Amino acid sequence: MSTATPDAPSADTAPEKLTKKILTADHPTWCPGCGDFAVLAAFYKVLEKLQYPHEKIVCVAGIGCSSRFPYFVNSHGIHFIHGRALPLATGVSLSRPDVHVFVFGGDGDGFSIGGNHLNHAARKNIKLTYVIMDNNVYGLTKKQTSPTSPQGFKSKTDPTGAIDRPINPMKQLLASGATFIARTHAAQVKHMMEVFERAILHDGFSVVECLSECVMFYAGSFDNSTPRKGGVYDIIDESAHDVTDDTAAFKLADEAAPGKFGVFYQVQRPTKNALEQKWIDAEQARLAGKSPKDVLKNRIAQMR
Amino acid sequence: MSTPPTSTPTSLRNAVIRLAGNSQDGIQSIGGFLARLAGRTQKDVMTYMTIPSTISGGPSIFQLHLGSGEVRSPGDESDVLVAFYQHSYDNHLSALRDGGICIYDPDEVKELKSERGIVHVPVPFTSATIEAIGGSSRDRGKNMFVLGLLCAMYQLDREKLSGIVARQFGKKSEDILRNAMLAFDAGYAYPVGDIGSFNFAEGEHLDENRISTDGNTLMTMGLLCAGVRYGSAYPITPWSPIMELLRTELPKYGGIYVQAEDELAAVAMTIGAAFAGHLAVTGSSGPGLSLKAEALSYASMAELPLIVINVQRGGPSTGLPTSVEQSDLLQAIYGSHGDAPRIVLGPQDVEDCFYIALEAGRLAREYSCPVIILSDQALSSRIEAFTEPDVDKHWVEPPLDITPRPADFKPYPLDQITRHAPPGTKMEGGKYPIVTGLEHDEWGHPSSSPVIHQKMTDKRRRKLEELARALPNPEIYGEAEGDLLIVGWGCTCGPIRETVDRLRSEGHRVSSTQIRHLHPLPAGIGDMFSRFRKVLVVEMNDSGVYGYGQLAMLLRAKLADPRIESFCKTDGLAFRIREVVAAAEKTLASA
Repeated sequence: MSTATPDAPSADTAPEKLTKKILTADHPTWCPGCGDFAVLAAFYKVLEKLQYPHEKIVCVAGIGCSSRFPYFVNSHGIHFIHGRALPLATGVSLSRPDVHVFVFGGDGDGFSIGGNHLNHAARKNIKLTYVIMDNNVYGLTKKQTSPTSPQGFKSKTDPTGAIDRPINPMKQLLASGATFIARTHAAQVKHMMEVFERAILHDGFSVVECLSECVMFYAGSFDNSTPRKGGVYDIIDESAHDVTDDTAAFKLADEAAPGKFGVFYQVQRPTKNALEQKWIDAEQARLAGKSPKDVLKNRIAQMR
Repeated sequence: MSTPPTSTPTSLRNAVIRLAGNSQDGIQSIGGFLARLAGRTQKDVMTYMTIPSTISGGPSIFQLHLGSGEVRSPGDESDVLVAFYQHSYDNHLSALRDGGICIYDPDEVKELKSERGIVHVPVPFTSATIEAIGGSSRDRGKNMFVLGLLCAMYQLDREKLSGIVARQFGKKSEDILRNAMLAFDAGYAYPVGDIGSFNFAEGEHLDENRISTDGNTLMTMGLLCAGVRYGSAYPITPWSPIMELLRTELPKYGGIYVQAEDELAAVAMTIGAAFAGHLAVTGSSGPGLSLKAEALSYASMAELPLIVINVQRGGPSTGLPTSVEQSDLLQAIYGSHGDAPRIVLGPQDVEDCFYIALEAGRLAREYSCPVIILSDQALSSRIEAFTEPDVDKHWVEPPLDITPRPADFKPYPLDQITRHAPPGTKMEGGKYPIVTGLEHDEWGHPSSSPVIHQKMTDKRRRKLEELARALPNPEIYGEAEGDLLIVGWGCTCGPIRETVDRLRSEGHRVSSTQIRHLHPLPAGIGDMFSRFRKVLVVEMNDSGVYGYGQLAMLLRAKLADPRIESFCKTDGLAFRIREVVAAAEKTLASA
């Protein structure tokens, strides 16, 4: 039942302290040098800091290299089908307010085959955190153009260079109504951890685009935002940028590559979880303690 | 206005009334009121309606078969036709039996045909309604006028009927109720001339609590009783009423029904709720089931329990969205990539929609796999009267189980049926499970080992083999042996049983059975068939390139029995009794 919250751990059993060691599961299948290793390490560290009860952590993913994530976290997890991780996570979040839902995926899963779900999970403000590991290429299927591949990128499906205009993830998310929108980089571990923690603590649909280089099929894609490779990692100055101002966020999102990093937008808006619960509470108040069984009996008796 | 007819009424046990007009005339509500009345006066009823699939409306009919005893079909032909317009008259006069009564509105119907001894009775519903209500009502309310007229003609319980009307319209406003009752009374008092009146024999259904409703509504009640508290769907005809009702009802039970952005999201959200430990339901109609197919195969692979309702309609593609067909059986059983075992059930009448929902919940949990219920457009919308289900007896508490699991827990044990540990469950061994669509070992780790894939495929199939052995054979209507067994599934039950009665009364050794467990089939079904000289499978789908309907093909494939014959049709209309009788006679006559 959505209203049931499992008991807190009883006092006599000391809660298990979550450590990276406990959270580590299968060894990742990613290629050596893949940016996703850093994302996984940052996620472990944030969980170590937040110390949620182990059994209440749920990792959800669709299909793609980064979507293998749940196998590498020792927590409740589900590896679903391509593009549908968000609606699946919506089902978990709405029906189990007692658990923490984390969704992981790539640019193809999130912006292409699952693009419509991203819009709707965002506008409904489902309580969950979604990390999109954006590598600007399809890696698992070995180098086809992705919805975020820049024009001119040569892939097996665009041998002369990508023809179509890529989407701008920040602008798309702003338009869809997400209430926490941020951008970070797998090579910037400290920043990545800060952004993840803020995203997780946000009460609503929080989404983080995390640039994560595919060393096999798009090496060097993010050098321009990697200082040790001569790039510039330009973090949003929140004393100058009002994160509740969507027009300002839209302008920031329009900057030329590599663009800005950090929190573009954050507002508080009631989650669907809360609004549905409000309706449930109102209906149940009206029923004044009548048992569900009696509610059904009365409903059927109306058909006499 | 004069008094109602006073001549001595003719007594009867059955009446079939066809109301033909446009969908905006409210003829469905007349039918609904009469059906509700039947339930309240110990009578039986079955209705049948057609509605246009356009929003602005169009020609529509509502047919109602009232009976003092058991009623098993909406009636092959009607005793009374109420024609609102010329097109209603032209298109439906042929549905009237020889010597039947046609009541028509002379303001609208100008050209009459003299045929088959049909008695024509002009009743100006439109002008008489305007006269009765007055003001600027135009002709709104003429359905209530017709209801009053039928109430007088059939000497129905006026007090109970006006009570039902008052309860319905009283919800809206006093003005609306007053106008409805004015029109009803005017119809009741209208002198219809010398056609006389009819008096029903007392209803024979004396069981205390009798209800009347349609299949979609009752299916929803069954889901609630089965412990369903979550799910998601997308609107499509004729499935939508179930999702609307779940959306409205579930908050009272602490649950949530989500309107998803599309069919794929709907099934994904439902699988999410199932993974989270709930009994969850999604549903759709044919094209929507196709869109859900990928995720359904995932549920088979990941071994998640799930109820999926398909309220079938005419296909393929957008097809005939408001007509009945049973052409999604093979899609339900085999519409998957890979070998993806699932359970498929079919309710045989409106009452059974409740029990099939309970059965689906029980099987989904017990076998941890998707269960598809194949309802159809006819069952979804027609009203029947039957004994109220015993909620106390059937009530199932929602199943969420997050008690700690022992250290030796495996999500996919080879020697047992999967029992998932949902999120929130403490794992005493410290190892947390993963639910997956990749082929996997017993612990859920991805594996492409040939041995594992074979063993896991066997494991998933074995569940259905076990179920097939556990299932009793379907009930036989008639004797357990004879010359012909008529086999049906879904909404064809009534016409098939009526056929059996007719043929048996003529001395034929005919029985029938309605298969509710369509996949897997009960293991003993071959023995059951072997006691008959011939088996005729009756279904509403195409006989296909090889000459057999979808269920007939499956039965022939399973039993390799050349005595199994097939009778199919796809005209978008429910079977008439005479159509089934003719097919059965043909089979009986053949060698």
